Amino acid sequence: MTTEVGSEPEVKKEPEKSSEEAQAEQQQQLAEQPAEPSESEPSAAAEPQPTPTDSTKPDNTDQQENAEAEPSSPPPSSGQKKEKGISRFLPPWLKRQKSHSQVEPKESSSPTDTPNQTLTEKQEEEEKEEEEAEAAEEQVGKAPEEAEKRQEEAGPKEEGEAVSPVVEQPAETKEVKAEVKEEVKAEEVQAENNSVGSVETQPAKEEKEGTSAEKKGEKGGEEVQESSVLSPLKLGKKMKIVVCHVTLLDGTQFPCEVEKRAKGQYLFFKVCEHLNLLEKDYFGLSFKDNADQRCWLDPTKEIKRQIRNSQWQFAFNVKFYPPDPSQLTEDITRYLLCLQLRQDVSSGRLPCSFVTHALLGSYTLQAELGDYDPEEQRLDSIADFQFAPSQTKELEEKVVELHKSHRGMTPAQADVQFLENAKKLSMYGVDLHHAKDSEGVDIMLGVCANGLLIYKDRLRINRFAWPKILKISYKRSNFYIKIRPGEAEQFESTVGFKLPNHRAAKRVWKVCVEHHTFFRLTNPEQPTKSKFLTLGSKFRYSGRTQAQTRQASTLIDRPAPYFERTSSKRISRSLDGAPVISVSDHGHMLDSARTPGSGENGHDPALELSSDSKSPQVEEEAEPGKGAVAGAVPAELPFETGTDGADSSETKKGNVHLGTVSSAESRNIDQSAEDKLNSEINGQPEVIEVVEETVVIEEVVKAAKPKSSAPEVSVTVASSATEEVPEVKEEEEKSASSDSESEEEAEFHPQSPSDSAHHIQEEPEEEQEQSQKAPPTNAEPQQDAEPETTDKVEAVVNQQKEEDEKTPGEETVVAPEDAPNGHHVQDGEEALTSLGAVAEEEEELEPCVVNGDASHAETERVPQVICCSEPPVVKTEMVTISDTFAAQKTEIATKEVPIVHTETKTITYEAAQLDGTGDGEPGVLMTAQTITSESLCTTTTTHITKTLKGGLSETRIEKRIVITGDSDIDHDQALAQAIKEAKEQHPDMSVTRVVVHKETELAEDDD
Amino acid sequence: MQADFGRFTHAVIRAAPDSLAAQALRSGPAELQVDMEAVRREEEQYVSVLEKTLGLRVVRLEADEELPDCVFVEDPAVVCGNTALITRPGAPSRRKETEALKTALANLDLNIVEMTDESATLDGGDVLFTGREFFVGLSKRTNRRGAEILADTFQDYAVSTVPVLGTLHLKSFCSMAGPGLIAIGSSEAAQKALKTMQQMSDHKYDKLTVPDDLAANCIYMNLPDKGHVLLHCTPEQFPESAKVFEKLKDHMLIPVPNDEKRKVDGCLTCCSVLINKPSKLILTTSLAQISISREGLSTSTMTCSTHQQLGC
Repeated sequence: MTTEVGSEPEVKKEPEKSSEEAQAEQQQQLAEQPAEPSESEPSAAAEPQPTPTDSTKPDNTDQQENAEAEPSSPPPSSGQKKEKGISRFLPPWLKRQKSHSQVEPKESSSPTDTPNQTLTEKQEEEEKEEEEAEAAEEQVGKAPEEAEKRQEEAGPKEEGEAVSPVVEQPAETKEVKAEVKEEVKAEEVQAENNSVGSVETQPAKEEKEGTSAEKKGEKGGEEVQESSVLSPLKLGKKMKIVVCHVTLLDGTQFPCEVEKRAKGQYLFFKVCEHLNLLEKDYFGLSFKDNADQRCWLDPTKEIKRQIRNSQWQFAFNVKFYPPDPSQLTEDITRYLLCLQLRQDVSSGRLPCSFVTHALLGSYTLQAELGDYDPEEQRLDSIADFQFAPSQTKELEEKVVELHKSHRGMTPAQADVQFLENAKKLSMYGVDLHHAKDSEGVDIMLGVCANGLLIYKDRLRINRFAWPKILKISYKRSNFYIKIRPGEAEQFESTVGFKLPNHRAAKRVWKVCVEHHTFFRLTNPEQPTKSKFLTLGSKFRYSGRTQAQTRQASTLIDRPAPYFERTSSKRISRSLDGAPVISVSDHGHMLDSARTPGSGENGHDPALELSSDSKSPQVEEEAEPGKGAVAGAVPAELPFETGTDGADSSETKKGNVHLGTVSSAESRNIDQSAEDKLNSEINGQPEVIEVVEETVVIEEVVKAAKPKSSAPEVSVTVASSATEEVPEVKEEEEKSASSDSESEEEAEFHPQSPSDSAHHIQEEPEEEQEQSQKAPPTNAEPQQDAEPETTDKVEAVVNQQKEEDEKTPGEETVVAPEDAPNGHHVQDGEEALTSLGAVAEEEEELEPCVVNGDASHAETERVPQVICCSEPPVVKTEMVTISDTFAAQKTEIATKEVPIVHTETKTITYEAAQLDGTGDGEPGVLMTAQTITSESLCTTTTTHITKTLKGGLSETRIEKRIVITGDSDIDHDQALAQAIKEAKEQHPDMSVTRVVVHKETELAEDDD
Repeated sequence: MQADFGRFTHAVIRAAPDSLAAQALRSGPAELQVDMEAVRREEEQYVSVLEKTLGLRVVRLEADEELPDCVFVEDPAVVCGNTALITRPGAPSRRKETEALKTALANLDLNIVEMTDESATLDGGDVLFTGREFFVGLSKRTNRRGAEILADTFQDYAVSTVPVLGTLHLKSFCSMAGPGLIAIGSSEAAQKALKTMQQMSDHKYDKLTVPDDLAANCIYMNLPDKGHVLLHCTPEQFPESAKVFEKLKDHMLIPVPNDEKRKVDGCLTCCSVLINKPSKLILTTSLAQISISREGLSTSTMTCSTHQQLGC
């Protein structure tokens, strides 16, 4: 991504067009929005062209009104994000000015131009879309009241951030392409917003949202952090430096300066460099999240986004315990493993018997102190060592006694002996997570090299070796594994576990994915494997597998590095003395980190843009507090080529924060749904995101507590088509990663593709068509928006269609995702059926049912979501359908997408990812646009992202349509229309993903 | 751990009381008359094999007429390494069997852990130690709580639970016949239990399937001078199963009759508690001895012995 410069004209054009469009849209909206006069004017702009669905402002009418009245808050998430970046830099008033006048051209031009230029050839259409999108954004621009409020709050923050506005831009360009992209996007967004005149408010909203999210809870925290990250990123442009404190295994602190937006791997590499560690793949950096849960720092993602509110405090830990430490090449690696295990033993995490405590302790003494010396070693000095959780004199005596027998053993030999004994312990390398089984009984899930262990108290009650596991998924706070049928069994079964919360479920899922990949696979999953990851987060382990790291270790050719042993407990000598590997390596590390980051950044920017930050986001955050929700939000960001609609923007904002830089699609879907939910809560907006390859349709229906009251339905349709995109991988990967974080649901099919075939379904095409059909909505949702009705039901339908050139024909893999939901929600089931056959097949849900917990879980979750914005009454269902071949699917039974007032359904249709290049080179972000249009009942957000990958340009359009209205609204029709419009608008593109999320708020009684 | 598996130095046995014939618990038909004379003959043969053939130091406990099942010393105690878990037998009438055993094991300088939880029951016959991990059969005699306490006692090892249906104990149809080799009966219940164990384990086990479930209960030892030793059923008792055992070429095969006690659910493993008390005295008492022994042996050997002690 070259720097900005040139394409000002394009940018300008876009805004112009947008304005025109916006006007037209507004007119339309006005016509459409008889019910809500106030809204109609401002939001009316709902652009017909850009996105199939007109998004009535999802938020309450009040919001719309406010937005209209107050120029400040543009709803589109992208806009928000962008605004954030800019806004931060600039004081509020400046921001406004910019928005109206100069800002647009400059910012938009520079960032957008470059991408546009590159992509222009094929992207003409896209550009058009973008323009439309912009228009939509402008329309959307009408920020809801919430946004304003938030803006106020955010305002200060922004200002603070804004400190170095001007300077930042140049810095950004220099730093990373990705950043540039982000900036560009942001700029664009801002410009759009500016046109709207709500720029200031938007950023504020974002920030506020972020903050609110944090406050709300873990989930919220995630979002917030991400959001904050975004801002920091911008700051990063300024080259803000943050000092990370890394606790090393010997107990010493390693302060490390990193750029604020640096990725995890940068810090990790710095630490490894400091330790002079080459076999680093077994290790990782961990941090404590807000809930004091240990999380692994994802090397491919920005640190800031991961730690959220937490301190920049990390711990260097063993992540993958080598089953046979003797195969490690270097003594220093074994030494570090020993240090970790000493910690594990002394903390009680690795339980062992008295005798083993003594034996391990004796090897520790031998390694640290050398041969037993009766004069030097006395019990009082030995007491400085922590051999066991509860250390007795008897134990110390036993340790000394055994130590005597190790005479002559070198430290390295003692380490080897230590490891040989430690590795036999049954809990060696087992990562335990609290959970409940289907009957609500407390159990522990142990993830280890060989598979998943199930413990009840201290007893192992089941074990699922990796080869036995067909699929790993999580949905909300539930974690599912699909088991390969045994010899005598005909059907695969799904076992579900209930985790304390969504984040815990996601954490287990990620750990499982990583362990499976590291220990079971020879190579990290190839793009094809991505197919397996049908839904939610497409997170994959990106590091080296054990096989690879072993192979790499054989190539290590250096004299055994000198390292100073420090008795972990008593002496805290820094390892500073240790020789540093090589500066050059450092540079590489940095570079590598940056480059990936840049690629990601490119996506990220979109995210930023997408997240225009609106009040609704806050709501989202509040909702369940689930990470999932937040996660969903981020997903949107990635998609976002451009975000539109205030409502959408809100959701997007959330997404942005949540979403990791890279993956947008999956995130978008989930996030959008979530966002929608949030938005729904607030204003019940409909958001439609159209990504080139992905189409997300979200329908949010909020029903007044009294059923009579009309529910609001938000429908988001995102359609994305990749043109010439040979490398969808990148996008997918990115999306996956991001998804993992943000998305509520995620699946992982550990096995080879062949296995996955089982899951494949063909339904997608139909859905796509339907989605397209579902037009925007004109009036679909009648937002009677009854403020009184506390009950809000949100239905979000995200349809994403992804056209992968490679994948399309050959791979039809549909992973039925969490069918369980369907069971829970009757309505949801209906919707599923209507949506597509996919749902039917996906009755895999049934197995999930086995747990029986699922239903509970849902209800539980709902409350969480509600928490933020509304009472816990709302039920949420998520159904995700993924297809490899979206193109083939022609018709989606949108009609049937029944909207359940009380429940929230999310149906995700996802086309299988293209195999393309597994590598997934980070595409170069050509352009990113977010267009938001609002109508009374619908809010349409369109993200258009153009990415240049491997010489091919890929345009992704994601539309999120949020349909908000009373129960009276024919959601199905609206959805169908939205999809239809999406298709019509982008005939050359295929719908790769359709996500339908319906939320209906019922009276508490309903539950 | 694996290296030491099957290494034993001591065996604790208890004489059969006369009350065994009439009062011992039995799952089989009560009509079967137990010939006490035959019981004692078998007992003598059993002890003879342990003591004379294999060179173990046998600790004999007096019979207690109040405890008709006291001959089955396996159930009241589980010994692994240097630790003995005094169980809480599932049959109330057998609870007092632990007392004498506890004393005997304490005298052998084992760390004694008592199962005091009133809600816990555990019969040693439900505990299968493979050398790498424990399997605990959840049967009429053993409950989950008992298994938990066992897990707490032997923290180095994974403890997996295996449902036991239709038979008295887990080891009524299986046992270890070698390192990583599980002797298993052919019944459906036995095969199912084996599958469960295989699924639950991180380790690979070979199986030795014998036609008769009861014949699958054998005693494996790995003795310094004898190598792999297997006490198994006699051809008279289970001819087909005996043929299977006889195919084991690497084992020192010793058929041991157990026909009478089988009538009261007695198996080969039931009648002894095997203990590995290696030359701890040599290692720990005096450095002088150690150095001497080192001269004679290789250092590595010494290290190994140490591991053995610690491991189990």
